Amino acid sequence: MRVDGKGLIDRTRSIPFVFDGVSYNGYAGDTLASALLANGVRLMGRSFKYHRPRGVLTAGSEEPNALVTVGMGAGQEPNVRATMQEIYPGLDARSQNRWPSLNFDVMGINDLAAPFLGAGFYYKTFMWPKSFWEKLYEPVIRRAAGLGALSGEDNPDKYESAYAFCDLLVIGAGPAGLMAALVAGRAGADVILVDENSRVGGRLLAETYEIDGKPGPVWVDEVLAELAVMDNVRIMTRTTVAGAYDQGTFAALERVLHHTDRRPNGAPIETYLRIVAKRSILAAGALERPIAFRDNDRPGIMTAGAVRAYLNRWGVSPGNNVTIFGNTDDIHRTARDLLDAGVHIAAVIDSRHDAPLSDDYEVLRGAQVCGSSGRKGLESITVRRPSGEDRIHTDCLAMTGGWNPSVHLTCHMNGRPVWKRDIEAFVPISGAVPGMVTAGACSGSFSTAACLRQGVEAAEAALGDLSLKAPKTAMPQAEDTPYEISQLWAVPGKGRAWLDFQNDVTVKDIKQAATENFRSVEHMKRYTTQGMATDQGKNSNVTALAILADATGRGISETGTTTFRPPYSPIAIAALGAGAEGKGFKPQRFATSHKATVARQAPLIEAGLWYRPSYFPEKAETTWRQSCDREVNMVRQAVGVCDVSTLGKIDIQGPDAGAILDFVYANMFSTLKVGRTRYGLMLREDGFVMDDGTTARLGETHYLMTTTTAAAGDVMKHLEFAHQGLRPDLDVSFTSVTEQWAQFAVAGPKSRELLNDLLDSAIDDESWPFMACGPISVLGVQGRLFRISFSGEHAYEIAVPARYGASLFDILTERAQALGGGLYGMEALNVLRIEKGFITHSEIHGRTTAYDIGMGRMVSQKKDCIGKTMSERPGLEGSGRERLVGLKPIGESRELLAGAHLYNEEAEPVRINDQGYLTSVCYSPTLETMLGLGFLADGPDRYGAIVKMVDHLRGVTTLCEVVNPVFFDPEGGRVRG
Amino acid sequence: MRITCPYCGERDRREFYYRGAAVDLDRPAPDAGGEAWDDFVYQRENPAGPIRELWFHEGGCGAWIVVTRNTVTHEMIDVQLASEVKA
Amino acid sequence: MRFSGLRVLKEGLTGNKGWAPHWREPEPKSEYDIVIIGGGGHGLSTAYYLAKEHGLTNIAVLEKGYIGGGNIGRNTTIVRANYFLQGNSEFYSHSLKLWEGLEEDLNYNVMHSQRGIINLFHSDGQRDAAARRGNMMISQGDDAILLNRDELRRMLPYLNFDDLRFPLYGGLYHPRGGTARHDAVAWGYARGADQRGVDLIQNCEVAGIDIENGVVRGVQTSRGPIRAKKVAMVAAGRSGQVAAMAGMRLPIESHVLQAFVTEGLKPCLDHVVTFGMGHFYISQSDKGGLVFGGDLDFYASYAARGNLPTVESVMEAGMTLMPMIGKARVLRSWGGIMDMTPDGSPIIDRTDIEGLYMNCGWNYGGFKAVPGSGNVFAHLIATDRYHENATGFRLDRFRTGNGIIDEEGKGSQHNLH
Repeated sequence: MRVDGKGLIDRTRSIPFVFDGVSYNGYAGDTLASALLANGVRLMGRSFKYHRPRGVLTAGSEEPNALVTVGMGAGQEPNVRATMQEIYPGLDARSQNRWPSLNFDVMGINDLAAPFLGAGFYYKTFMWPKSFWEKLYEPVIRRAAGLGALSGEDNPDKYESAYAFCDLLVIGAGPAGLMAALVAGRAGADVILVDENSRVGGRLLAETYEIDGKPGPVWVDEVLAELAVMDNVRIMTRTTVAGAYDQGTFAALERVLHHTDRRPNGAPIETYLRIVAKRSILAAGALERPIAFRDNDRPGIMTAGAVRAYLNRWGVSPGNNVTIFGNTDDIHRTARDLLDAGVHIAAVIDSRHDAPLSDDYEVLRGAQVCGSSGRKGLESITVRRPSGEDRIHTDCLAMTGGWNPSVHLTCHMNGRPVWKRDIEAFVPISGAVPGMVTAGACSGSFSTAACLRQGVEAAEAALGDLSLKAPKTAMPQAEDTPYEISQLWAVPGKGRAWLDFQNDVTVKDIKQAATENFRSVEHMKRYTTQGMATDQGKNSNVTALAILADATGRGISETGTTTFRPPYSPIAIAALGAGAEGKGFKPQRFATSHKATVARQAPLIEAGLWYRPSYFPEKAETTWRQSCDREVNMVRQAVGVCDVSTLGKIDIQGPDAGAILDFVYANMFSTLKVGRTRYGLMLREDGFVMDDGTTARLGETHYLMTTTTAAAGDVMKHLEFAHQGLRPDLDVSFTSVTEQWAQFAVAGPKSRELLNDLLDSAIDDESWPFMACGPISVLGVQGRLFRISFSGEHAYEIAVPARYGASLFDILTERAQALGGGLYGMEALNVLRIEKGFITHSEIHGRTTAYDIGMGRMVSQKKDCIGKTMSERPGLEGSGRERLVGLKPIGESRELLAGAHLYNEEAEPVRINDQGYLTSVCYSPTLETMLGLGFLADGPDRYGAIVKMVDHLRGVTTLCEVVNPVFFDPEGGRVRG
Repeated sequence: MRITCPYCGERDRREFYYRGAAVDLDRPAPDAGGEAWDDFVYQRENPAGPIRELWFHEGGCGAWIVVTRNTVTHEMIDVQLASEVKA
Repeated sequence: MRFSGLRVLKEGLTGNKGWAPHWREPEPKSEYDIVIIGGGGHGLSTAYYLAKEHGLTNIAVLEKGYIGGGNIGRNTTIVRANYFLQGNSEFYSHSLKLWEGLEEDLNYNVMHSQRGIINLFHSDGQRDAAARRGNMMISQGDDAILLNRDELRRMLPYLNFDDLRFPLYGGLYHPRGGTARHDAVAWGYARGADQRGVDLIQNCEVAGIDIENGVVRGVQTSRGPIRAKKVAMVAAGRSGQVAAMAGMRLPIESHVLQAFVTEGLKPCLDHVVTFGMGHFYISQSDKGGLVFGGDLDFYASYAARGNLPTVESVMEAGMTLMPMIGKARVLRSWGGIMDMTPDGSPIIDRTDIEGLYMNCGWNYGGFKAVPGSGNVFAHLIATDRYHENATGFRLDRFRTGNGIIDEEGKGSQHNLH
């Protein structure tokens, strides 16, 4: 029912919206909850377990009942709090967790079965017969559970994430937060003031308080006007600070566009913020507690604070005939507000025997509400007095069991709140979050004057820490009523009295948990699911643990709370993960040949963050194998070109460059001649192989290391650590130059012919023998040439500054083709290296030693190096280890599969008989057979033996001969040309 | 979490790579024996309280730093350059 | 009291007045045959199997807080046997078999749900590694199916098959993998141990381990000294502190691992899906919340709470892999303390002190191991011999290099496993 003359809504702007298919009208400034109440709609949802009819309990983000789904199609938004959803023209909301309709929900039958569905019932049943759990019980439970539904389609909305920095973060813009921001703003501090509401003011918008003789909202507007012109103050509404993290970091969410259907080009619907603040003030207010009594969950029963909020802020009375019940003076504040607005009051029930009386209405002192009726909305309540029980007709009950300070953020860094007896509530301890102070209701001070005062004091303390001078602040005048409360958690009696409304946890459940010895507050929570709903116990945890304390004969303080965890209110995964959709997840790195590669329709594969060509299909080739075989033959017979720029390149310079390389490589590098390149094997300190690559000595004090594509970053860190952390005495420096150089392999018998066509001065075997390196000039560009080979062929790698890469790639391609060669991709590269028994990270997968891969003797005995000592542990060398071998199919099946395991020929292929596994396989067009590299127990001692490859997954068994892993050209004649 | 790099000032944790306890700086001599090497590579004090540990300013200046930090509260107590600690 | 549907019915009809405590709350005795330090999943299952399989019941489980309050109280509930190295493979296989009979064994519905686990792969190399794993699983007697891209798409059509940064090549499907209700596992074992006479002593913190001449004699606790013939340390997350009481140092670094749950949603995810390239895994609980997690926060911590960079990287992985979950809202995040070992595998062993045993180093895979760990540890404590399925978890493997079980292949840096 809309009340004339009340509320901060704009009655000149009528807004149509839809709920469950029915059209309604509200006003600008309404939430879905206030607008539905104004239209007389009380039933807004169903509970989780019993599917009980529910209306709003609160007017804030802590709402447990009125959860709706907003929108249709891919972008539908489940579990939206009707109390936070602002209405806009075209808003389409619907109820959830009900079938077929909110009014008639078949699952409501659960409510009749409630005696069998108490705390933890599911732990005691559904065990027979065994197979029924997955087949029947669990699917039924899963379908009945849950709240709203995701659309199942890709989220179409846009989200963003951002950083913000400030001197002072003020969390909450009620009286305390506004005063704090004002004082800090006047002092010149860089302030961010956030509030989860659409307008600042906090409870001042929901109450009829005056400040300095002005209505609260007027005072708020004046403060806002002053703050708005301060460049050093940022005010963020619809923004919730969700978590407090180390060193002044906060997570926050701004709901940018949920209050409108407009989606301006590129604007996000939500923005996730990481705020780094030197100091913070928590002024988050307090949340009101319901009282547990029989059937206290009917639509129409809500907190008294919510009733005042709907009345004063939204101009709505949630009922025509309102009853008020509780244990604090808020009862009377509520009664006065309703009377002033002309709302009829059915009864005022104050559990306190010494409650104040009123001339305007009757107060039932020392009375309690002990029951209610009305199936889909409150119709009457039962009041218990010493004289007996009476039934009172009413359509709305405003209840207050006192207030819980919003201590949540002070607990995110493991702080525990303390029990304050005089207000019957937990309050934060100071210093729980470094740099944060609390002010106002969240610290347990509930009067307006105290909030204003503490806001000023908190700001002054923060300014002191920031070395800023606090201005003199005149304290505004406001009510300073003492808060008086007498304990009342639950009204005794039969029946079910709700605590956690959404999860349907009742007083009985808590008591049963205690009986079953779930006496720790954590046990109680987990056994009953108390506090695990979408409000995370904001409405019910304190009451529940008070009841547990009572049931177990302990004090509340001793019982303690469960742990408050981020986020304060739930945040969409899409907001926290903003920007990662699709390709945004990780950077994409492209070589200089990328465009040409794509133009040739080469399929791309990922190599770390890089993209590399798989193969270069030619016309008439229909399978990758045709292309791959052709490319391999081309390299073996003519010349192939391959972009190898993705390999890590680290420039190492300084007088001690050789010394550090001797330390990080297993083999010797200080003795390498200038103008020569050497294969290097790098170990981790635990003695296993870390990476390999070639390193060239370009000058007396200048080396260039290459790493594998995947390990480039790790090797860089490793080198810096070896230097800074272990050998800072060495004079050397490292620079990653991976992106600075484009590098191409030119491999095959005609490789030199091709190069000499381009080089400004020709090379020959004498000037560039195998493993030579040095500067060259190619078509007038200064570059480098390395005579190294990963194919076993006479081969080079030519490097030019990256800006010439694309051009050189095209020229190399063209020349290679003219010589009967061309481009080759990763597939061919892999075949070429397997034919030669060269290893990649398929073989050096982090569990293999130099001994395992046949390079044990490469670990120099003349010097120390990282990993040497530990590689000499007895378990890392010697008999029994699985070591690198080559495998050739010899039986009927000619198929080899990487990932298959090896067994002795006659052995059953089970784990205990396992002898090893295959790491790399290929079809070799050169040898016209499949080839495999693998690890076999004592493998090199078994050349010539027969083993059995078994692939259970793909149903393949192949007999293999164990051979030396160098299948092709074992003498290495070809590489020397 | 924020870490103060001696070169770059206070930076977000995202810029840093974590390696582990600063025992990694105390590499034994090759002939120090199995126990010393086992202690160095594998065994850890793993204190609940202040710990000296190694971080790498990977997204910044490339300095390895020794951070003294409380493992219970995440309080940052001290930061030094690894190269200076070793020097 | 035996639990059954009939019992629930009967109690429901008679006002639920007949329920009894799940376990007693005994005062500690002055002496036990065996004292187990730590009332988490592993400690409770150890006590249970000592009582059930070895007839040893003069046992106390000492828990400084509430039972089941360690990592079994805060995890992502995944149960699987999909390891590929000897030492792990047979152990997790053994554990999974115990899971499969757990409800009947404990007379407690731990809601073990074999909804299947799918590990995604994104390249030929990853497929080969998955094949190696799957072949080991089958050769150990477990189940594994290699799905190609089309098969994967039929099972998980909601994955991003169009423009995932690391394209989907397929998945390794482990049908017997799944989830369980984590707290119930602790409570089921606690109740079973209690029924067999084991004393579960909560709010009892161990402050010292008494050792004389290399032989363990008992423990000092916040509730007085307790003598014991054997003492078992099973306090993951605090293993180092407990071992220090016996003068031991461990190859363990403690790290925080975060996990997340969303608001309740109608069923949308049937399986457990793991996305290695994003260090992301997800399932949906019976209550409807999406339960998911990712990588460590990567720095040593005992704070049991995480930091934002990891929160974001987990969410980013979720968004790239399955954009349909974008509008699910994260309800709660939490952090647990992991014993990270230098090879990512646990330690179940005797110590140099006679009568003192250790069970620790579960990295972030301890939940699924709970039945197996308790079972083989009970065997070790009772018989002083390694269980046949747990011969590989020796403490000295690091010193000797023999039998290092490094599934990740990352070596001795603790936080990389």
